[in-house]
Amino acid sequence: MIRARILISSDSLSLSRGAEETKLAFEAELSRYGLLDEVQVAYMGPADRTDALPLVIIYPEGTRYGPVTPADAAYIVEEQLYKGRVVEQLLAPPEMLSGEIAHLPGRTGITYAQKRVVLQRAGSIDPTDIEEYIAEDGYFALGAVLSDFSPHAVVETIKESGLQGRGGAGFPTGLKWSFVESQQSAQKFIVCNADESEPGTFKDRLILEGDPHVVLEAMAIAGYAVGADQGWIYIRGEYGQARERLELAIQQAEEYGLLGDNIMESDFSFHIHLHAGAGAYICGEETALLESLEGKRGIPRIRPPYPTVAGFRDKPTVVNNVETLANIPPIIHNGVEWFRSIGTEHCPGAKVYTMLGDVNITGLIEVPMGITLREVLDIYSGGMKAGKTFKCAQTGGASGSFIPPEMLDVPLDYKSMQEQGASLGSGALLICAEDTCIVDLAYVLMRFFQAESCGKCTPCRIGTTRMLEILARMRHGQSSTEELLALEEIATQVQELSFCGLGQAAAVPIITGLRYFREEFEAHLAGHCPAEVCPLDKVNQPAPETIQHNYL
Amino acid sequence: MTKMVHLTIDGQEVTVPANSTVLEASQQLGITIPTLCHHPDLTPTGACRLCVVEVEGMRNLETSCTLPATEGMVVHTQTDKVVDSRRFTLSMLLTDHPNECMTCEMDGDCELQRWVYEYDVQWPEHSGARHSRPVDSDPNPVVLVDMNKCILCGRCVRACAEIQGRDVWNFSERGFDTLVVAGANQPMLDADCESCGNCVAYCPVGALFDKPSQGWGRATYQTKVRTTCTYCGVGCQFDLNVKDGKITRVTSTPEAPANGMALCVKGRYGWDFVHSDERLTVPLIRDANGGSKYPGFREATWDEALDLVAQKLTYHRDHSGPDSVGYLSSAKCTNEENYLMQKLARAVGKTNNVDHCARLCHSSTVAGLASTLGSGAMTNSIEDSTGDAKLYFVTGSNTTEQHPVIGIKMRKAIREKGVKLIVADPRKIDLCKLAVLHLQQRPGTDVALFNGIMREIIVNGWEDKEYIAERTENFEACKEVVMKYTLELTEEITTVPAAKIKEAARLLHENKPSAVFWSMGITQHTTGTMNVMSLANLQMLLGNLGVRGGGVNPLRGQNNVQGACDLGTLSNVYPGYQKVVDPAMKEKFEAFWGVEGLSDKVGLTVVELMNAAHDGDLKALYVFAENPMTSDPDLNHVKVALETLDFLVVQDIFMTETAQYATVILPSTCFAEKEGTFTSTERRIQRVRKAVQAPGESRPDWQIICEVGTRMGYPMHYASPADVMDEIAACTPIYSGVHYWRLDAGAQLAWPVRGDEHPGTPILHVGKFARGLGLFTANEHLEPREAPDAEYPFTMTTGRVLYHWHGGEQTRRSESLLALYPEPLVEINPDDADRLGIVDGDQIKLASRRGELVARAWLTDRVAPGLVFSTFHFPAGNANWLTGAFLDPVAKIPEYKVSAVKVEKIA
Repeated sequence: MIRARILISSDSLSLSRGAEETKLAFEAELSRYGLLDEVQVAYMGPADRTDALPLVIIYPEGTRYGPVTPADAAYIVEEQLYKGRVVEQLLAPPEMLSGEIAHLPGRTGITYAQKRVVLQRAGSIDPTDIEEYIAEDGYFALGAVLSDFSPHAVVETIKESGLQGRGGAGFPTGLKWSFVESQQSAQKFIVCNADESEPGTFKDRLILEGDPHVVLEAMAIAGYAVGADQGWIYIRGEYGQARERLELAIQQAEEYGLLGDNIMESDFSFHIHLHAGAGAYICGEETALLESLEGKRGIPRIRPPYPTVAGFRDKPTVVNNVETLANIPPIIHNGVEWFRSIGTEHCPGAKVYTMLGDVNITGLIEVPMGITLREVLDIYSGGMKAGKTFKCAQTGGASGSFIPPEMLDVPLDYKSMQEQGASLGSGALLICAEDTCIVDLAYVLMRFFQAESCGKCTPCRIGTTRMLEILARMRHGQSSTEELLALEEIATQVQELSFCGLGQAAAVPIITGLRYFREEFEAHLAGHCPAEVCPLDKVNQPAPETIQHNYL
Repeated sequence: MTKMVHLTIDGQEVTVPANSTVLEASQQLGITIPTLCHHPDLTPTGACRLCVVEVEGMRNLETSCTLPATEGMVVHTQTDKVVDSRRFTLSMLLTDHPNECMTCEMDGDCELQRWVYEYDVQWPEHSGARHSRPVDSDPNPVVLVDMNKCILCGRCVRACAEIQGRDVWNFSERGFDTLVVAGANQPMLDADCESCGNCVAYCPVGALFDKPSQGWGRATYQTKVRTTCTYCGVGCQFDLNVKDGKITRVTSTPEAPANGMALCVKGRYGWDFVHSDERLTVPLIRDANGGSKYPGFREATWDEALDLVAQKLTYHRDHSGPDSVGYLSSAKCTNEENYLMQKLARAVGKTNNVDHCARLCHSSTVAGLASTLGSGAMTNSIEDSTGDAKLYFVTGSNTTEQHPVIGIKMRKAIREKGVKLIVADPRKIDLCKLAVLHLQQRPGTDVALFNGIMREIIVNGWEDKEYIAERTENFEACKEVVMKYTLELTEEITTVPAAKIKEAARLLHENKPSAVFWSMGITQHTTGTMNVMSLANLQMLLGNLGVRGGGVNPLRGQNNVQGACDLGTLSNVYPGYQKVVDPAMKEKFEAFWGVEGLSDKVGLTVVELMNAAHDGDLKALYVFAENPMTSDPDLNHVKVALETLDFLVVQDIFMTETAQYATVILPSTCFAEKEGTFTSTERRIQRVRKAVQAPGESRPDWQIICEVGTRMGYPMHYASPADVMDEIAACTPIYSGVHYWRLDAGAQLAWPVRGDEHPGTPILHVGKFARGLGLFTANEHLEPREAPDAEYPFTMTTGRVLYHWHGGEQTRRSESLLALYPEPLVEINPDDADRLGIVDGDQIKLASRRGELVARAWLTDRVAPGLVFSTFHFPAGNANWLTGAFLDPVAKIPEYKVSAVKVEKIA
């Protein structure tokens, strides 16, 4: 007879902080007290806030401890499970994700809060056990689709839901599916883009680590909808934990007849294959991903034809991001009305963000579309770190725009952001305090793009290098006004001319940096770094007058 | 009907097919848009970003090379924004490009230089890091690699993948450090490179260049002469680049009808034999005292040499009879020269003893197809047979090595369109890598194999009954024999597993039309004619004749072997396959040539001429650009024959193995030094043009032949080869519309060309066979004449390699080709080699009952155990010391492909 259950967070970060040792300590201690028959120990998915890892939740009470060391584990067993007392001093900080709608101060009449749609199970079930997923209504949506929906009805449902791609571009998912549905082809494919490589973004990893089955179920639904019987998950090479969870999940789903031939004894068959990337950022771009998946060099393809017409192996292919797919079963399960009740009219649903930077709480939140950055900053991330003031945010990862203080009240949704010349991107929210140097930050970001440029097109291949060189000289106070103009010109042209989003985005930090913080660049020309970050004059650089930039 | 779209570019309206790009639409309006990575032959990639244009309603500039033209689109190609962006792209390229135009081979021809000039982009002096890479970084003897100049347009990568099907080049590294490398950053030759140089042809800058042409002057200083290749029968055209009377380079041209920009290694790099020091420059007469740089010969004047030849030929004609003189003509020489040679033999020599090496390669094809279909040539064009077929059945043709440009068209279609390939060949040739099925039959069992496949087709009811009923005859007789070849029996004879035979039949049934291709592997057997007739049976059975993408397609070996046959240098026919035994034809040509007493007797063929010489019946032989001492079977026998002759005159460009036995040697000219025409394997008649002066006193062959005829008392005077062609047209119905004025105006003519307005005939037998009904034949398997035994346990088969040509007279004198393939190699299976203690590269001796050769061993599974493969490119390692002169009874072709030999390691 099991009377209690101990769940230990087991995402990559938790494991790196000793979750495995903590689990062993629980088991050893329970054994010492002879409680192994009464108390079950299991892993669960990731928790919301990173400062509480590894997190331990003990049911039926729902007590949350974190971070829990092996020594803490022994103490908790003795106190709570043997003596029945909560260990107050080891309790985790309050949970961010209440799952309830909250009314925010000062915004009467409008409800904003976190809303778990894709993260509804992550962190509360054991991701290695399909039974737990099924117990939480898992595969219910697939069953419903197979028994009650025509393929076309599924496509229509997703269309009506207004779901937009969560990979960054915000393309309407249902529309994408309908393109593939309308293609006459004996072979079609569903590809899950799990090559999450945007700096500061780790939402897909946590979904996969915490709730892998939701993605599998979604892919099967997509396959049924568009007429595909094969699916591929292209997963970032470094995501070992997520890959193992997916492998196990696929194996379990196949054993349960929820994947493979004749799913749930229907005529529908769907097989899912895993493919690990090899460390190239560009392979997150869907056409480069497809090239790589085909075993070729990962470089972007010409569009058109789009993947919906000629994708994997030149067959019609749906390429969806992990988070996008994770929205599918809840939409089917709860209905379009429910989904559209969350978020805004133009951008329904919730969005997962990763918060990082100079704030008190970093980690994952899922909140309805349309919340403002100021609300995220004030409520979910607990405000700026002590003594710091907000300087700017960068949304959407390295390729995102800088958001100055005056734009903090722009609603976070695809439409509103685009209208402001910014982007929601992958959902990374980097919050920077006043001691951040924009030139230095631009340099760090450009170093990333310069390293990750695939080399296919001229502007990105050479332009990122030239921009990096200029930024490097600026950091060293060795640049000139002429060079600043050259930097601006290169950035403008690289954005205009680059083959794919990588090059187009590489210039964004410079363009928006110059738009909002031009004086900071100019200060560097005069040998001054206002934030006192840059290594001015520490390295010998060529004298600025010897460098010519007559590109035009 | 293609859907058309209308768009506006720079204010002009244009209508283009719906699948056009904006670049193509602009070009249609004559608007120049700069490009670098784009090439019309290659898949668009949009990498360089130079061709951007502004499109109303689109957010960013778009690359016109990739942007589909759509209805109502409004495009601006020259706005300030566009021009600024193009200048930016060019200047970015220059920031990582060496400033070496002053010394670059491509100066004036470089596409980057052109656009930098036109867009007035300044040189960026100090703008950041530049790569410094090794110059001439690859040991390939013909391709110069200087990746400092590379602009990463990827044209070489795509050309190698999409044109050559070889995938040698690819990108390595990433971002700024991206670099084009061969294979896994290996030397090109280790990465499967065939040294075709097609990557060079597509390189817009000086990153890849033809190494032998380095330092010979830039394009501006060259004259380009459009001509036809002298190697195989594909009929590739290219430009000979000439400076100061020397050929400096071969450049390909998109205007070449058969090959476009593609060439093979021999075509692009095998030209340097033209200026070889070994060229003959003065007439030579045998003299024991010497008197020239060749021992046993003295230099002579043309008058002296020609008089001696005329006197000797006349003497033997008059004293020992016309048939005591033989004339060997040449498939390397022009149509006009071949016509004149047979005219000399027939009208002056009064004999039909005129033949040429087609006898040794495709005489069985001509015999087999003429009797069954009515015309002895490739039935389809290269374009439709490689382009429209669903399946290729390639048998006895090592296409990618021997007809490389046809081979690459096959590769391209297989790789890009999924055309199926069946290879039936005792050797695992290069094409097998792309084959869905390889039938590795025992040499000499082709008839049984084809019969077995046909039986499977009939058993399953897959034959085209309607076609058979309407267009053919004698099917029942054929069927009766075919039905004997059960799977079991066929497997027993051929060693091909029954399952593969079934599979072949199924593939042929499911993939129609299929085109059959063959070459020497089919023809050079004592059953050669039956092999060919069996293939004709197969194609009639499937209804694959007279349609695009089908046909029986013998790939002709020499550059003009088709033309030499067409023009009657065969012992049984006048020009245009008009039979010498037909009294009406005799009468016609007597009247046409103004002579009496033409022979109505079929003359001796190549091997029969040698036998007659050997036996003393043939007294004099005129050898015109042939080299029987390398190319005929059983060379020891040929040697005796040549020594026994009373008089041998050899007309050639080199002191060949045969010339060493001559009394008189006449120095003649090669393809680059004269005017004329060649007829390619697809019956396409193309011009050969003079690019350079012949060395020394050497003369064009047509003039020499005319001089000999005139001095024998029959005036032969022509102002030019064009005159000769007009005479050919007048007496040769299939050439009756062929004239230089048509060819020089760009007419693409494949015979039959039945008049000056007739467009030619790319595909034969459409609707009706030339002979009326297609004739099915009943062919029984016959064993090859020589079977392996205890003393000679191996079967030797022969052939050629990519880098050499026939007896190697030209290719052995090309430094480029010799550097790529310097010595003969014998292919032997590693298991056999192991048993004999032979390791790769060992010197080994092969011996047959007739002779022996010494060469290095190449251990490879290209040959099955028990089989060895050898070539006739090199005098020492020549397989023809071993081959036997066993002849096909109909075509008189020798069985080069099967000899019993023994193999031993040389200590």
